[in-house]
Amino acid sequence: MKLKKNIPLIDQHDKYGFWGGKFGGSYIPETLKKPVEDLTKTFEKLRKDKKFIKKRDFYFKNYIGSPTSFIKLENLSNHLGGAQIWAKVVSEANGGAHKIYNATVHALICKAMGKKYIVGDTGAGYAGKMLSMAAKKFGLKCKIFMGAKDIKRQKPNCDAMKKNGAEIVPVYSGSQTLVDAVSECMRYWVSNCDNTHMCVGSTVGPNIFVKICGWSTAQISRELKAQLKKEFKKIPKKIKLINCVGGGSSAYGFWSEFIDFNKKQIELIGVEAGGPKKSKLHAAPLSKNAKIGILHGAASYVCQNNEGQIHETESISAGLDYPGVSPIHCFLKDTKRARYTFATDEEALNAYKLIKKYEKLNPSLEPSHAFAEVIKIAPGLSKDTICIVNSCGDAKKDRDILKKRLGKY
Amino acid sequence: MNSSSINLAFKIAQNENRPALLTYTVAGDNNKKKSLEILKSISKYADICELGFPHNTPIADGGQIQTSAYRAIKNGIKINDVFSIVSQFKKLKKSKPIILMGYYNLIYQYNENKFLNKCKKSKVDGLIVVDLPFPENKKFASKCKRKNISFIQLISPTTSKSRLKQIIKSSHEMIYYISMLSTTGGKLKVSPRKILREYSKIKKQNKSKNVVIGFGITEKNINSLKKADGLVVGSAICKEITNSIKKRQNAVTNVINVVKRLKKKIT
Repeated sequence: MKLKKNIPLIDQHDKYGFWGGKFGGSYIPETLKKPVEDLTKTFEKLRKDKKFIKKRDFYFKNYIGSPTSFIKLENLSNHLGGAQIWAKVVSEANGGAHKIYNATVHALICKAMGKKYIVGDTGAGYAGKMLSMAAKKFGLKCKIFMGAKDIKRQKPNCDAMKKNGAEIVPVYSGSQTLVDAVSECMRYWVSNCDNTHMCVGSTVGPNIFVKICGWSTAQISRELKAQLKKEFKKIPKKIKLINCVGGGSSAYGFWSEFIDFNKKQIELIGVEAGGPKKSKLHAAPLSKNAKIGILHGAASYVCQNNEGQIHETESISAGLDYPGVSPIHCFLKDTKRARYTFATDEEALNAYKLIKKYEKLNPSLEPSHAFAEVIKIAPGLSKDTICIVNSCGDAKKDRDILKKRLGKY
Repeated sequence: MNSSSINLAFKIAQNENRPALLTYTVAGDNNKKKSLEILKSISKYADICELGFPHNTPIADGGQIQTSAYRAIKNGIKINDVFSIVSQFKKLKKSKPIILMGYYNLIYQYNENKFLNKCKKSKVDGLIVVDLPFPENKKFASKCKRKNISFIQLISPTTSKSRLKQIIKSSHEMIYYISMLSTTGGKLKVSPRKILREYSKIKKQNKSKNVVIGFGITEKNINSLKKADGLVVGSAICKEITNSIKKRQNAVTNVINVVKRLKKKIT
């Protein structure tokens, strides 16, 4: 298994949609074959269409607010000693997280395909909130599928979705979290694919959805590359790009431009949700060595039992609380291009506290997992090492959890 | 393959001038013993029995079958139990075809070859894998054929013409036509006439294939689809099991009555 150079990772799959011959694919019911094929054709056409690219860039700049800033966390660096810590503040994007890139692109594709309805899944509620925003912006009717447990714990985002005119469909099956929301959303699409477009909220699902999402979030690393050159004159010699990984959309977006670099120069570190310290449950299929399985139309490392039943997961972060992971991250793991680790709920909370104490930054519980890792490793690294964390979400949505766990928000 | 028990079942129905009745129940619903009992008793009226091996992330199933699947998993059903149900059933009803139906991850985790060997050993006649579509399923389908297990291809209203031809060409003796855009057990939102029109497009390609129609078939509408080679009823049966449990009634008797009535409507 080998990575190719000069080809975007999203395009390094075989004719059946597999990365590295075994991750990804499209394990879908027959009914979805045609809509998936149509979507694939449309997307391949649009991404080569200069007019479409122009439109995308226009909305990225004027609607999403690209580029998001790249800042040094001076106080935190001084406090920890060792490496310089920087952040790419993607949470500045319209709506407060990276999910807006994928949502905007899907809304544009939906329009281009002449469909009036758009549906999507959501865990933390960001994917849903952004899709509802994009749907409103582009005049589409929107339905969001969300686990009943997540609706309770991410209320601020639910309020936003409703305000944007989207219908939230609560999902009561299984563990009532993201995994069930995605299943229910796919079922809905099976029944309504003739007039409805489906947006998968991360780089997961059948091959084409991995590609569209990765293509959308890749904007983050294009910006970062330019910002690095501007800040340091050239790409520095020792960089670590640290990102949380649930489905893996923000991590892929943060890394895509840098995958071709030597890993000694640019190390890619993915941080999964280790769950509560005392619990056996987690949402870390890569770093806890789960077996390959098929979930939601793709083969990836999946938290599951011996029989192939999908395991319940547990994490304080709804956005990372997913038993599977993007096939492209499985590919990056097996080719050893990226390193994956995890942070527990407690470590993420402590990281959040520390960031709040030293910086004017309010990272949500998802990127707090990435900050937990940088806090661990920075003190042992040299001063010329540049650790960059993708602060991909804002903690407003975590208000209730943070209040409960830390006594204040 | 012409003398396979699946083909034979269709032939018997044809000779009686009626479609074959195919039932779907979930193995282990609501427990291992009960589901074998249900299977045994409905096989008096059903021509072919589909038996689901449950998965907890079923992306193409509606509420009724989901409920049955969750219930079976909760009560501890394992893949090996599914095989033992089939074995025990086949000891009593040698010629009654059994088709296993489920999602690919369970086969993948069990190991494809081991799974097919187990199918062979327990005398499974056919397999439906919901999320392993054509052409990705070519290799697996030919493995099935080598073991004399019929791999059943699915066709849906969204299947394109050229694809339809290819699928029929690579199909074995039975093809499953999905009546409408829906998960299992949805309300029939397409008129039976339209469904039968699509159905005959498949038949026209190759008359020797047994084409069954499924999804959304109940006691209310089964009569109007009588022209098909076979009709599958699943969710309506699963629903009856759920209701029987709720009312603390005997699920076996209630389910037999449903299947009896279904059979009567098409005879």
